[in-house]
Amino acid sequence: MIVRISGEGQFSIDDAATAELNRLDSELEAAVNRNDEAAFTAALHGLLDQVRAHGSALAADTLEPSDLILPPEDASMDEVREMLTEEGLIPG
Amino acid sequence: MISARSRGLMAAKMLMKGTAARMGVMKRVSLVFKAKANKALDKMEDPRETLDYSYQRQLELLTKVRRGVADVATSRKRVELQMNQLQQQSNKLEDQARKALGMGREDLARGALERKASAQGQLNDLQVQYAQLQGEEEKLTVASQRLQAKVDAFRTRKETIKATYTAAEAQTRINEAFTGISEEMGDVGMAIQRAEDKTAQMQARAGAIDELMASGALDDAVGGQRDDIQSELDMMSASSDVESELSRLKGEITAGAPKQLEGGANGNSQGAQAPQAGAQASQGQAQPASIPAADRPAEPQDGEG
Repeated sequence: MIVRISGEGQFSIDDAATAELNRLDSELEAAVNRNDEAAFTAALHGLLDQVRAHGSALAADTLEPSDLILPPEDASMDEVREMLTEEGLIPG
Repeated sequence: MISARSRGLMAAKMLMKGTAARMGVMKRVSLVFKAKANKALDKMEDPRETLDYSYQRQLELLTKVRRGVADVATSRKRVELQMNQLQQQSNKLEDQARKALGMGREDLARGALERKASAQGQLNDLQVQYAQLQGEEEKLTVASQRLQAKVDAFRTRKETIKATYTAAEAQTRINEAFTGISEEMGDVGMAIQRAEDKTAQMQARAGAIDELMASGALDDAVGGQRDDIQSELDMMSASSDVESELSRLKGEITAGAPKQLEGGANGNSQGAQAPQAGAQASQGQAQPASIPAADRPAEPQDGEG
């Protein structure tokens, strides 16, 4: 599975590591829904660390799309909310 | 292929309606990226057109990201300049405080130190900003290198697809290449936007610091602002210059007198009295002093003869 950390690059990750990713992703989503910035930051950093620890970086010239995309390390909760809308942060 | 596109659009519509709540953040963000790519693909009649159009946009984005790096670097240099100015200011204020204390003016010293603390606070703030701008600059630099690598790969793929074009297989390969590069472009575009936002915020703050320095609140020596602590110190040191000039002159006269009046004890006391305004208060003594003074011209004449 290919995961992109926004602003950082793409990583290839074993399917074995995805359960933990999904757990952290649920935490991240719950934090956004609760409007809990501290929990959001903790979950986001947990996710990114997990990807960096278990993933291997893809070559820069690969043209493979990612299965999952993660917000950048220093993203705020509001920014992530915006990323989730089509008119949001991602330029079309 | 068409169904893949429709799925992307459907996902986007679901997101907009908020019905994708249980999908997880990672999946939702990637679907938004894919929806954007699919939307762009749908606009194209001939898939080969997509390739050329996309390649043009990639080159534009590369230019934009390089400009972004340059903009951030400019902001970083501006902050650096301000940091230097504030550091100079801080040093100057400490120097003033030291001088003021040396002259026994604790009030002035305190005023100078208060301003120094304020300048130091601004300086600490700028140091944080500087580090952030440096981080943005590095990120954008790496992003532009990554995009360059992908754009090169895309160009190669584009030429291959065009050379071996058969409608059936090309569509899939075009879509693959396009989706992959679109994701990178979206990501780089976002990185540029974030860097611009951050830079704009910092420029606003840098502007505020410039104003603060110009207002004299931080006592900007560089801006040529009038500096009340310095002018008071200058006045004090000017008046102390007058005093030291006076005593230097007194010293010259005192030192000069014995040379001319060797052995003339009265002449000595007269030499010391002459520059003193208070000498007139002892007028009774002035007369005996004037008598040997009248004799004086005779003595060197004697020596010469």
